[in-house]
Amino acid sequence: MTAPRSWLLIAVVAVILAALAAAPFLFPGVRAMDTAARICVFIVLAASYDLMLGYAGIVSFAHVMFFGMGAYGVALASVHLGREAPGLILGAGAGMAVAVVLAALIGLFSLRVRAIFFAMITLAVASAVAVLVSQLSGLTGGEDGLSFQIPRALSPSAAYLPDPLPGLDPAALPGVVFGDAPMESLFSEVRANGKLAAYYLVFASMLVLLALMRRLTVSPFGTVLQAIRENEFRAEAIGYRVVRYRIAVTCISAGIAALAGALYAVWLRYVGPDTVLGFPIMVDLLLMVVIGGMGTVWGAVIGVTLFMLARGYLQDLMAAAQGAVAADLPALAVLLEPDRWLMWLGLLFILSVYFFPAGIAGRLKSGR
Amino acid sequence: MSDAAPAHAPRIERAGLSGRLRPLIPWLLVPAAILLGYLGIWAQASWPLLEPVLNEDGTLRTRVFDLAPFDVRLSSWLTLTVSGLAMGMMIFVMASGLTLVFGLMDVINFGHGAFVAIGAFTGITVLLAFPGLAGAESLAANLALVGLAALAAMAVTGLLGGLFERIIIRPVYGAHLKQILVTMGGLIVAEQMIHVVWGPSEIFIARPEMLKGALTFHGAAIETYRLMAVGLGLAIFLAIRAVLRHTTIGLIVRAGVQNGEMVEALGYRLRLVFVGVFIAGSALAGLGGVMWGLYQEVVTATMGAEIMVLVFIVVIIGGLGSVEGCFLGALLVGLTQNYVAFLEPKAALVSDIALMVLILMWRPEGMMSAGGRR
Repeated sequence: MTAPRSWLLIAVVAVILAALAAAPFLFPGVRAMDTAARICVFIVLAASYDLMLGYAGIVSFAHVMFFGMGAYGVALASVHLGREAPGLILGAGAGMAVAVVLAALIGLFSLRVRAIFFAMITLAVASAVAVLVSQLSGLTGGEDGLSFQIPRALSPSAAYLPDPLPGLDPAALPGVVFGDAPMESLFSEVRANGKLAAYYLVFASMLVLLALMRRLTVSPFGTVLQAIRENEFRAEAIGYRVVRYRIAVTCISAGIAALAGALYAVWLRYVGPDTVLGFPIMVDLLLMVVIGGMGTVWGAVIGVTLFMLARGYLQDLMAAAQGAVAADLPALAVLLEPDRWLMWLGLLFILSVYFFPAGIAGRLKSGR
Repeated sequence: MSDAAPAHAPRIERAGLSGRLRPLIPWLLVPAAILLGYLGIWAQASWPLLEPVLNEDGTLRTRVFDLAPFDVRLSSWLTLTVSGLAMGMMIFVMASGLTLVFGLMDVINFGHGAFVAIGAFTGITVLLAFPGLAGAESLAANLALVGLAALAAMAVTGLLGGLFERIIIRPVYGAHLKQILVTMGGLIVAEQMIHVVWGPSEIFIARPEMLKGALTFHGAAIETYRLMAVGLGLAIFLAIRAVLRHTTIGLIVRAGVQNGEMVEALGYRLRLVFVGVFIAGSALAGLGGVMWGLYQEVVTATMGAEIMVLVFIVVIIGGLGSVEGCFLGALLVGLTQNYVAFLEPKAALVSDIALMVLILMWRPEGMMSAGGRR
């Protein structure tokens, strides 16, 4: 690969990964660690989606369904086999197997004829599965979902060190510099319990899977996928079996998505249709991948981080802006209603497909 | 010299029976589905009668010949058939534009559902604006009101369709990936705009007075509204078919679906025709939205995205680009869903998918694939 190296892109990704690595010690509080863990899980999910969307040029609307299969696999294993790790691994493996088989079936049915069928068929299948999961309440807990236990070593009650580890609290910095807050408030305590272990399990799995996907994209396999994306007929004429490659990438991507779902289930200790299935998450995923940048694994890292932060801060920003214009421009104030944040992200999405098809990562790469 | 060339008498063989029957098979599937539905309902009624019974002397007796009489659930079957046809017709109205747009310009519009939802909301707004007409016990007043609502919805969605084509779709001609993404983005924004204009909650609506009741026919209660939907859907299908078969513009559209480049080479401005078809398709989606909203008696901003699932299944099994395939596919989906929901409610969730799988196994391009390209 002779892609131009961009130090800017590398720096941004490195900062994000470093921040995630040190998240429990940099950002105190349960909420911050939860956000960091979600970012890790969605990085895996978005990068695996990008394998299909960005590298192979296949649009799937069933990616969240595969994610949910991994999550429900872990949940069902915990409920029926107990909370021990081997059972959960078995559950994750089973969920992954189902996801891969289903992906292969859908691929065989649709990619064989026209690639565009795939988008429509995945949409139909994903919505049917989502309805099915919420209806089969005996097995899946229905709309309420399932709460379950994970191995004791990963639960908050497990203590690893008698004393808490030192951490930082950057939010107190202005108070110390400009106010008269004591120096000690800059430091926080991080308890070395199972929750911390769970976070690092999620983080480490993310790193491994990300490295795996990165490796895959620069392999001959990844190059063939890009060739298919750029010119299907030519790839076929050179002698590559286009359909096989497409089905293979669909299966790999579905399998990794299921693993991401399993990680998410372990972190949340809960699965439900609204958290691991369903169309709104699919829309979020599309926004993350496209805004972050299709066709590069790093785009997923940037897109997910940005989206997760935007979800929190964009709404605050919009509320502030709404308050500012409410008196003078009531019509504009309606558009700035914090609940309408998705509309602005949708507009950003359309604009980025038109004007920055390579997303933020692509912009950073080209050095502008 | 003349006998140097052998006598040459070309003869066009008449196609064999199976060759002539082949194109008719999709048309026969709908009556077959209705028949199968009837058999299913009858078999379900007969099922308990097949259980062995204990005679007075202690022996078991199987009652293989005591099946249920053939008219046992005729009324349920009739009700289900009408509601299946009504549902199919409504889906057809929504899907017809989508399939033509694809056939003509190879454009796949994932935002089509937005027109359904916007049409429904516009129509409902008109209905709610004239409570006097809706409450009047006069069929003429009620139908006038529904007609007005439908026209308003079609005008709004037609106009929006024109804008959508110009702003969202035109920059991404020829790139499927971008089309799917951009139209999906359009759907997201449109859904949010519905929230901005009509508020965040769903709107409940009662049908106009004279469309509320049901007719009783052979003991079966058949809702008037469903009959109206069937009639309207059939009329629209016949109208589209007549336009496509007997007018010049229809000829150009059909030729465009088959080989667009050739039509352009002959000097026709296919782009312009396409814009017209897109606007008409959007207007039809809006009309379908009004019909669907009145059928469900509630409209939500997400209804467009929900109904799109059925619309895509119909378009796929019909064959992309074929209006007739789309019509038959819609009827099949509507009928299957109603029969299966009656026989085994849980299975209804996946019956559409099963139908799609079966049809794609039989004809991978859909029942009537229209496009000559690719």
